[in-house]
Amino acid sequence: MTTFDPYAPSRDTTEGTVYSVTGGDWDSLVQEIGSTKEERVVVNMGPQHPSTHGVLRLVLELEGETVTEARAGIGYLHTGIEKNMEYRSWTQGTTFVTRMDYLAPLFNETAYCLAVEKLLGITQDVPERASVIRVMMMELNRISSHMVALGTGALELGAISPMFFAFRERETVLDIFEMISGLRMNMAYVRPGGVQQDLPAGAIPKIRDAVKLMRKNFKDNTTLLVGNSIWMKRTQGIGYLDLAGCTTLGITGPVLRSTGLPWDLRKMQPYCGYEDYNFDVITADTCDVYGRFLIRMNELEQSLRIVEQALDKLEKLEGAPVMVADKKIAWPAQLAMGGDGLGNSLNHIREIMGTSMESLIHHFKLVTEGFHVPAGQVYVAIESPRGELGAQVVSDGGTKPYRMHFREPSFNNLQATSAMSEGGMVADIIGAVASIDPVMGGVDR
Amino acid sequence: MSEQGMFGAKGTGDTSGYGGLARTAASTGSSERPYGSYFDEVADDLERAYPMFSDAIERVVVDRGELTLHVKREKLVEVSKILRDSLKFEMCMGVSGVNYPADAGRELHAVYPLLSLTNNRRIRLEVSVPDADPHIPSVVEVWAGNNWHEREVFDMFGIIFDGHPGLTRILMPDDWQGHPQRKDYALGGIPVEYKGATTPPPNERRSYK
Repeated sequence: MTTFDPYAPSRDTTEGTVYSVTGGDWDSLVQEIGSTKEERVVVNMGPQHPSTHGVLRLVLELEGETVTEARAGIGYLHTGIEKNMEYRSWTQGTTFVTRMDYLAPLFNETAYCLAVEKLLGITQDVPERASVIRVMMMELNRISSHMVALGTGALELGAISPMFFAFRERETVLDIFEMISGLRMNMAYVRPGGVQQDLPAGAIPKIRDAVKLMRKNFKDNTTLLVGNSIWMKRTQGIGYLDLAGCTTLGITGPVLRSTGLPWDLRKMQPYCGYEDYNFDVITADTCDVYGRFLIRMNELEQSLRIVEQALDKLEKLEGAPVMVADKKIAWPAQLAMGGDGLGNSLNHIREIMGTSMESLIHHFKLVTEGFHVPAGQVYVAIESPRGELGAQVVSDGGTKPYRMHFREPSFNNLQATSAMSEGGMVADIIGAVASIDPVMGGVDR
Repeated sequence: MSEQGMFGAKGTGDTSGYGGLARTAASTGSSERPYGSYFDEVADDLERAYPMFSDAIERVVVDRGELTLHVKREKLVEVSKILRDSLKFEMCMGVSGVNYPADAGRELHAVYPLLSLTNNRRIRLEVSVPDADPHIPSVVEVWAGNNWHEREVFDMFGIIFDGHPGLTRILMPDDWQGHPQRKDYALGGIPVEYKGATTPPPNERRSYK
C-alpha cells in the first residue's frame, strides 16, 4: 500500500518496503506482499494490539511463520512515578507505588512500606494484626492477579470462556478490597507503620464465605483447561526457558519455578510473618508455558490456605492495633468508614477542633510535612505474583524519598521474550509473553 | 552538655518547618569488622578468591542489616565474575542509579543488588563516578539480565555503560533531551486551577526539607 501514512513517513525506514496495515483491503496487501521476492518480513506488533498484554511493542523478524528475531519495545506507559515520589512525603508515596503494577497494588505498597519501615528501624514495632492483614490482602491480591494472567492469557490464545470465569473470581476479590479499603484497585491501603484502617465489622465471615465460593469456582477453569488437548497443544513445549537462562536473565516468580527450582521469597526470606503460615511452593519441571500455567492454577489454592490461616489469626487478634504506636509516624485520626461512604473520625475532629491546640498542630505537621526518615539506603524484596519485587529506597534524612527505585519483575522478565520465542512460530510468541505475565504499568513505571 | 537555642531548637531556630534547610545524604562511612551475620564470611571468601580485594573495594558498609561493597569502576567486571562464579551470586537484580550532586567527584552512583540462590544471601555493589566522566563498565557479559536495567539507568541518569551491547534509551523517547531522574532535571508541571484556587506544580510548592 502506498497511501500516505502521517505516522510512518518513508524516511523512517532505511531498507525495504513499508506496508502499513491500518484497516482497508487485506486482499490487496496480501497480493502486494506476495509479489515480492523477499522471504524476510519485519513486523511491528503493537504497541496497540489486543494480544500484547497492554502497550507492549514487539518487533518481529519473520522467515515465513518462523520468528528469527524478536525485540520488545517498552516505555509507552512511562509516567515518571519514581521521579514524582521525590517531591511527595513518605506517606504519599504509597499512593504512587500502588499505581505501578496495577494488577498487584498491595504488593507494591507492602514492598515500599517494608523498605520505609526498615529505614525508620521500626520493622519489629509493626503490630502483628497489621502484618496479618497485609498477608491476607496480598494473598487475595495474588489470586486476583493470577486470575487476570490466566484469563487474558487464555483469551489471547483464543479461549474465551476461561476469561469469563477468571474475571468472575477476580470480582469476588475486588469486592473484598472495596469492603476493606473503599477501593477496588490502587487503594493505598498499606501505609508505613501498618495499614490505613482496621477491617470493617463483619469482614471476616464475609471473606470466609468468599474463600469457600472461590474454592468451588476455581474448579470451572481447572476442568476447562487442565488436560484440554487444544490448550496443551498451544502451551506445551512453548516459551522454553531453563534454569541457566532464568538465572542469567534474573528471572524470578512462576517462570523460575517452572524450571523446578522451588524459589519463593515467602519461604526463603520470609517477611510479614510468612514463616508462621503453612503453604507449599508450587513448581513444575517443564520450563514451558503449560508449566507456568499449572503453577499459577495451583498457587490459587495455596493463597486460599494462607488467607484462611490469616483469618484465624485475625479472629484471635480482634481489637489489636493496626498501626505503630509511635505518634510521630502514625496518623492520629483513627479513621472509620462513615455513613456517607467517606472515611472520618468524629472523636478526633472534636479533640483537635475543640480541646487540644497541640493535637491540631501535631496533626497538621504530620499530614502536610510528614515524618523524617533517617538517612541511608535499603533494598527490600518480596514475592509478587510475577516474581521478585524489590524496593530500593534512599533517604537523605528528610520528609521525602531521596530516590525510590522499584526492581519490577515484569520489567526484568520481559527481557526473556527473545530467548523464549526466537526460532519458534509467530503464534507462539503470544503464549510466551502471556506466560511471563508482564503488566506494562510495572514495566514502564 | 551545653543547651542551644530556645526550647531545644537546633540550627536556625526556625520553628515554622519551612526554613529551606538544605540537607545532603549523609555518607555512612566505612564499617569495621566484625560485620555480623554472614557478611564476614562473604568478605573472607571474596578476599580469598580475589587477592586484590583491598585494591578494588574502596569501602565496606554494613547498614540496617545489609552489606554494601563500594567497588572501583575499573574492577567492577572482575569482582562481578568472582562473585558470580566463586561466591555463587548467580543473580543480579538489576542496577539503579542515584544522583548525589553535593558529593563532589562522585555525583553518580550505580547500585547493584546481588542474590545468591545457592546460599540464600544478598549483598550490594555500589560504584560511584564523577558527573564529568560518567562511564562504568557494563556487567551484561556477567549477568545478561542487566541489559535493560543498564539501559534504564543510562536513560534516567546518563551513566554510560561501556561494553553494553546496545545502550539506547528504553523508557523515554529516543530523541528526548536530558536525563530525567538527575537532581538538576526539574520535575516540571503546570499550575492547576480549580474553583478559583490555583495549585502550583509539585516542585514549586512550599517544601519541607
